[in-house]
Amino acid sequence: MPIYEIVFYVFSLIMLGAAVAVITVRNPVYAALCLVLAFFSAAAIWLLLEVEFLAIILILVYVGAVMVLFLFVVMMLDINLEPLRAGFAKYLPAGIFVALLMAVEFLLVLWTKGRFDANAFPVPPPHPADYSNTAALGERLFSNHVLAFEVAGIILLVAILAAVALTLRKRPGSHRQNPSLQVRVRKDERVRLVKMKPESRQDG
Amino acid sequence: MSLKTILILIPLLPLFAAAIAGLFRNVIGRAGSHWVTILGVGAAFFLSAWVLYLQIYGGLGTQNISVYTWMVSDGIRFEVGFLIDHLTAVMMTVVTFISFMVHIYTIGYMADDPGYQRFFSYIALFTFSMLMLVMANNFLQLFFGWEAVGLVSYLLIGFWFKRESAIYAGLKAFLVNRVGDFGFLLGIAAVLYCFGSLDYASVFAAAPNVVGETVSVIPGTEWQWITLICVCLFIGAMGKSAQAPLHVWLPDSMEGPTPISALIHAATMVTAGIFMVARMSPLFELSDAALSFVMLIGAVTAFTMGLVGIVQNDIKRVIAYSTLSQLGYMTVALGVSAYSAAIFHLATHAFFKALLFLGAGSVIIALHHQQDMRYMGGLRKQMPVTWLTAWIGTLALIGFPFFAGFYSKDAIIEAVHASTRWGSGIAYWAVLLGVIVTSFYSFRLLYLTFHGEPRYTVDVGAGHHPPDGVLQHVPKESPLVVTVPLVLLAIPSIVIGYLTIEPMLFGGWLSDALTVLPQNDTVAAVGHHFHGPVAMATHAVQTAPFWLMLGGFVLATFIYQFRPAVAERLQQRLPRLHALLENKFYVDELYQKLFISRTVRIGNGLWHRADAGLIDGWLVNGSARLVGNLSARIRNWQSGYLFHYAFAMIIGLIGIIAIWVTL
Amino acid sequence: MLTLAHFLTLGALLFCLSVTGIFLNRKNVIILLMCIELMLLSVNMNFVAFSRFLGNLDGQIFVFFILTVAAAEAAIGLAILVVLFRNRRTINVAELDDLKG
Repeated sequence: MPIYEIVFYVFSLIMLGAAVAVITVRNPVYAALCLVLAFFSAAAIWLLLEVEFLAIILILVYVGAVMVLFLFVVMMLDINLEPLRAGFAKYLPAGIFVALLMAVEFLLVLWTKGRFDANAFPVPPPHPADYSNTAALGERLFSNHVLAFEVAGIILLVAILAAVALTLRKRPGSHRQNPSLQVRVRKDERVRLVKMKPESRQDG
Repeated sequence: MSLKTILILIPLLPLFAAAIAGLFRNVIGRAGSHWVTILGVGAAFFLSAWVLYLQIYGGLGTQNISVYTWMVSDGIRFEVGFLIDHLTAVMMTVVTFISFMVHIYTIGYMADDPGYQRFFSYIALFTFSMLMLVMANNFLQLFFGWEAVGLVSYLLIGFWFKRESAIYAGLKAFLVNRVGDFGFLLGIAAVLYCFGSLDYASVFAAAPNVVGETVSVIPGTEWQWITLICVCLFIGAMGKSAQAPLHVWLPDSMEGPTPISALIHAATMVTAGIFMVARMSPLFELSDAALSFVMLIGAVTAFTMGLVGIVQNDIKRVIAYSTLSQLGYMTVALGVSAYSAAIFHLATHAFFKALLFLGAGSVIIALHHQQDMRYMGGLRKQMPVTWLTAWIGTLALIGFPFFAGFYSKDAIIEAVHASTRWGSGIAYWAVLLGVIVTSFYSFRLLYLTFHGEPRYTVDVGAGHHPPDGVLQHVPKESPLVVTVPLVLLAIPSIVIGYLTIEPMLFGGWLSDALTVLPQNDTVAAVGHHFHGPVAMATHAVQTAPFWLMLGGFVLATFIYQFRPAVAERLQQRLPRLHALLENKFYVDELYQKLFISRTVRIGNGLWHRADAGLIDGWLVNGSARLVGNLSARIRNWQSGYLFHYAFAMIIGLIGIIAIWVTL
Repeated sequence: MLTLAHFLTLGALLFCLSVTGIFLNRKNVIILLMCIELMLLSVNMNFVAFSRFLGNLDGQIFVFFILTVAAAEAAIGLAILVVLFRNRRTINVAELDDLKG
C-alpha cells in the first residue's frame, strides 16, 4: 500500500537529514537535538515494522535518558569550539570519499544478486489485531533469555557504580560521617578519667 | 681365539692404547702412557707377525672378512672389512715393527719433552690408522685410513705447536695432501660410478669389462674410464707418497720430532701410496697410459730429488730428500708393472730409512738438538754404535752387494731396463743416474757427521741454548732405549733382502695380491737371469749400478774426506746451479706465485666481502636492522590519537565489505 | 513494495554517515560519542528489519540488550569525558596523546 511507502520514505529522509546535521552542525547542543530527531524518526519506522515495544522504549530510554544525559554534559562543559572545527574543511573531501566508497559497497552488496529481495525474504503479512508485541517479547525475554536479562541488569548496576566512582571527588571542607570508624571507636579515645580531690563541703 | 678376533685386535689394540694415553694422560703419567702404547703396539706387532707366519708356513689363504656393515645406501654397501693376503701381511708386519721400534726409541728421544704422553698417543693412533689402511677390503676404509694418517701426520708435524715453522709445515703437509686426496676422491667416485661397488673383490672382478668404455672429460677428447680412474687414484698417491709436483711437504715435515720422521715420513705413511697402487694392480694393468704416467712421475722424482739432497745442510733434510728419491724408485717400479719389486723395495727401504732417521735423531739429541751438519764432525769416536748402524744403513741405501737395498734397488733398475713401455728409456736413465747421486749424498752425510775433525767447540758455561757450533757438553752415545732400536733395525737392513728376494719377487709369493699381465711382466723377465741371491751379488760387479755407486763413493770421499775446499770452489764456480738446487728447483716459489697468493687473495676477499660484509653485515645485522627499521615505522601508527585508531578501523571495515561484494 | 533491502539500505546509509562523522569530527569527543550512538541505531535498524522479515523475535531481544548496553556505555563514556575535562580543561582529542607508542 502506498501509504506504507510514503511514510517510510518521509521518515527515512528526516532521519538521514538529522544524521547529516548531527555530524555537520557547529553547536554540539544542536547536534544533540538533531540526534534526538533521528531517534524519533527511527522509532516511527519501527512502528511501521510493527515492533511497538522497542519503538517506545527507544524514545523513553534512549531519547529520554541517554540523550538528555548528553545534553547535560554538553551544556555543563565549557568547551572552546574553535580549534575543534579546525580541520573540518580540510578533511571534507576525504570524508565524503570514504562515505561514498562505503555506501557504494554496501549498496552493491544489498541490491545485486538478489540477496535481499522479495524472493529471498518475502514480505510477511501484518500481525492480527490482538497481537501484542510487548507480551510476545516479554514471553521470550523471561523464558529463553532470562539469564541475559539478569546480566543486563548487572551491567546497568555496574555502569551506575562506574559513573559515580569516576566522577566522585572529595570537596575540601565538607564534613561527613564515617559509620565504620564510629563503630570501631575505643573508650580511651573518648573518655579520660581524672582523679580529683573531693572539695570540702560548704554549709548553706 | 679365532682369526677374525685376532684381525680385529690388530688395529684396535693401538687405538685403545692411544685413547688411554691421550685422554687419561694426567692419570697414568709419563711412564703409564709409554707402557700402555708400547704394549698395544707390541701386541699388534706380535699378532701381525703371527698372521705373517700363518701366511708363509701355515698355508693360510686369502681372507676377505667383513666385520661391520656401516650402512647400505642405494644398493651400495659401506662396510668395515679386512682383506688379508700376502701383501697385507707383509705391510702389517713392517708397519707394526717399525712403529714398535719407534715407540721404544721415543722413550729416550722425547724424555724431557712436556708433551710426552700426547706424542705416544699420537703415534699409537697413527699405527691404528695405517693398519686400517693396509687391511682394508674396500675403498671407503682405504680412504678412511688415508685421511686418518694424513690427520695424525699433521698433528705430529706440528707437535711443537709453539714453533711457528712447525705449524706452517703441518698445514703445508695437510693442504698438499688435500690436493692429492681430491684426486683420490675423484678416483673413488669414478670407481663407484663405473662398478657400483666399493668392495675390492667385486671391482677387480668387474674391471676387465670396463676396458674400452670411454668418457669425454674435456669436450672433444675421449678418455678411457679405466685410465681416468687410475690416474685419479695415482694423484692421491702422488700427494701421500710425495711424488713431484706434490712433494713439497715432505722436507718441511722434518719440523716434527725425528721419531715421526722415521715412522711416518720414511717407512709407513709415505708408502701408503705405493701400497695403494700395488693393491690396485688389477686396475692399473688395464691402462698402459696410466702406468706410463706413473713411471715418468716416479722417474722425475727419483732423479731431481736426489740432486736437491746433495746441497742440503740439515741432516734430516738430506735423509728426507733421499726418501723422496727412493719413493720415486718405487713409483718407477710400479710404472713398469714390477709391483712386487716396488713392494720389496718398500719393505727394505722401510728398515734402512727408519734406521738412518733414528740414527740422525741419536746424533741430534747427543748434540742437544743441533741439526746442521756444518757444525758436526768426528762423532764416530764418541758415538760408535750410532756410527756403525749409520754405516750399515747407508750401505743398504746405496745398494752395496749383499745388503738389503742392493737386491731391491737393482731389481728395480733391471726391471725398468727390461720394460718396453712408452717412456721407459727415460726412466731407465733416471734411475741409473740416481744411483750415483744417492751414493754421493749418502757418503757426504756420513763424512760430514761422523768423520773428519769436529767443527764445534765445547763450552761448559754456554747456557741452555748456545749458538751454532758451540755445545754445552761433550757429545756421548745415546742411552740404550735409543741404541737398541738402531741395532734391531740394522739387522733386517743387512739380511732381509738376501733372505726374501727369491720368494717375494720370483717365487710368486705376492701373486695372490698383485696382478700382472704376461706381456708386461718385467719382474719375470728379470727372473730369467736370476740364479739366487749369492749369484746376484757376485754378478753385481758386471753391472752398471755397481760402478756408478762406487763412483759416487769415490767422489764423496775425495771431496769431503780429503779436499773439503773443492766443495767450496764448485759452489762458487756454478752459482746458478747451486742456487737452483738449494732452492729445490724453485717449486715452492712457483706454487706461491701461481696458487697460494691467489688463494690467499680469494680467501681474504671472501672473508671481508662475503663473510663479514654479506653474511654478517647484510644477513645477520641486516635482518636486525630491518626489524628495527620496520618497527620504528610501525611504531608511529600508535600515535595515541583516538581518531587515528578509529580511522584504521574504518579502513579495515571498508576492506572487509569489499570482500563481501565479491562473494 | 518495501523489501528487506530497503530497510537494510537505510541502516547502511546511517552507518556510512556515522563513519563520516567520526572522520570529520575527529577532535570533538562529544560528537564522536554521538556518532557512535548513530552507529548503534543503524545496527538496531538492521536487527529489527531482519526480525520482522524472518518472523523471529530474537532480533528484537538483541535490540533490547543493545539498548541496555548502549545506555550503560554512554553513561560511562560521558563520565570519563567529564573527568577528562575536569583535569585537562579540553575535549580536543588531538591533545590527548599520552598513550602513544
